[in-house]
Amino acid sequence: MLTRLREGTPDAAREGRARPGTPDDAGAPVRIEGLAHSFGELRVIERIGLEAEPGEVVGIVGPSGCGKTTLLELVAGLRPADSGTISVGGRTAAEERLERCAYMPQRDLLLPWLSALDNAALALRIAGAPRGGARAQAGAHFERLGLAGFEGARPGELSGGMRQRVAFLRTLMAGRPVLLLDEPFASLDAITRAEMQSWLAGVLGPDKHTVLLVTHDVEEALYLSDRVLVLSSRPARIADRIEITSPRMPDRSAAVTSAEFTALKERALRSLAEAAR
Amino acid sequence: MSTARRYLAPVAVILVLLGAWELAARWDWISNALNIEDFLVPAPSDIAKSLWEDRSLLGSNAWVTLKEVVFGFAIAAVAGIGFALLIHLSETARRAVYPLLVASQTIPIVILAPILVVWFGFGLTPKLVIVALICFFPITVNMLDGLRSVDPDLTKMLRSLGAGRLQRLWRAEIPTALPYAFSGARVAITVSVIGAVFAEYVGSSEGLGHLINQAQAQLLTARSFAAVVVLSAMAILLFALVSLIERKVITWDSRELTRS
Repeated sequence: MLTRLREGTPDAAREGRARPGTPDDAGAPVRIEGLAHSFGELRVIERIGLEAEPGEVVGIVGPSGCGKTTLLELVAGLRPADSGTISVGGRTAAEERLERCAYMPQRDLLLPWLSALDNAALALRIAGAPRGGARAQAGAHFERLGLAGFEGARPGELSGGMRQRVAFLRTLMAGRPVLLLDEPFASLDAITRAEMQSWLAGVLGPDKHTVLLVTHDVEEALYLSDRVLVLSSRPARIADRIEITSPRMPDRSAAVTSAEFTALKERALRSLAEAAR
Repeated sequence: MSTARRYLAPVAVILVLLGAWELAARWDWISNALNIEDFLVPAPSDIAKSLWEDRSLLGSNAWVTLKEVVFGFAIAAVAGIGFALLIHLSETARRAVYPLLVASQTIPIVILAPILVVWFGFGLTPKLVIVALICFFPITVNMLDGLRSVDPDLTKMLRSLGAGRLQRLWRAEIPTALPYAFSGARVAITVSVIGAVFAEYVGSSEGLGHLINQAQAQLLTARSFAAVVVLSAMAILLFALVSLIERKVITWDSRELTRS
């Protein structure tokens, strides 16, 4: 489905930008080596390395305030790193990384003056697509995202789960090979969050995106990811690396209560508790 | 019913105040005690009489003042928004222009007005300059505050979607700033009327300020008060008009983003 979504991005979106080295659809691996960052005297990130291949979801969990959001901003090229190298699709320059990453911030940040449809189509409009075309492109996905009938609704009229789906569609419509998701469901209640996780698992299933998923919800990370990195408290280091053999199973309830999942969850929680010390 | 009840209290207060004023002006013992003379403070009924009898005089002069206010305000709105955008986009422009902007508000209009009359004569131009000068500051400062108040996370999100400087300005900063700009416009339209009257007072052959000036010289106090009533009504209507446009333009809840 996502592959279709990406094919759906208009050529105008890419031609409109017309910068050299614009990303293609082949997929872009993310590689980080020896990354360190501090805010003044405060060291936030220390010696982090990770690799994520196209089609993979790498979950990043850690105590609050350990620099998870900073890590995503560094990868996206929204913030210059102090030291270490980050490459996205083989490119290390911040400007080129920014062109390959779609960043979904923790808050949905839907523009209150635009309809749900126009919010979803924002990336296409920014890339220079005409309004009608952009709306048609984004609107084609409303049915499958459970948003049909809400095209003209303002964000204030949508439920928390719907707002998050519109924000996710807006991220996807950017047509970037790398998705950086920052606590995408943190603001939702437990039931809606579980629904959204199943939904995202289905959406990400066959897809070739490289996904970095930051969350403080261990279960969410273990269910959605191929690999989970447990970060220590500030300055963040990688405290544990957990491989998941069968991620994103269709039946979420069964998956998260299996013996294997429970064992992984226990391991992750222990690593987290140790890392927070 | 509820509408009637909403207006009941303010109307009652105004009627009581007017009644007290009427009595104070009519009853000799009160007016003598308070030193109220006809030529100093006319009774409300005299003002009402003047409003009716001088209606064509008041109307034609109000029309002149209205034109000065509306055009002066329009110039200020365009210039104010332009300056706000310029200062917002360029740190150099900010450093260069901002002190001057503040300084422009400290020049007493009393000093400026006669100079403008000498330069531009008794016509429309010096009034436009003074009205624009008064209106321009609240619009600029409020618009600028609005542009700078844009959510930094929103900026990051737009950058990651590929938005450059002007795209971010157009898609996020200007819509964020609009409610602020309207606040400034409401302040500006209210003071603009005072500006226009003052400009007419200094040198003019028409307009409500000119009418007040003349009426006072002839001790036609009721007429000058009637002109003030027309002036207040004009200010209230213009204020309501700006508020109406604001409601038509800003159809969203401007606190929405901070809640998400």
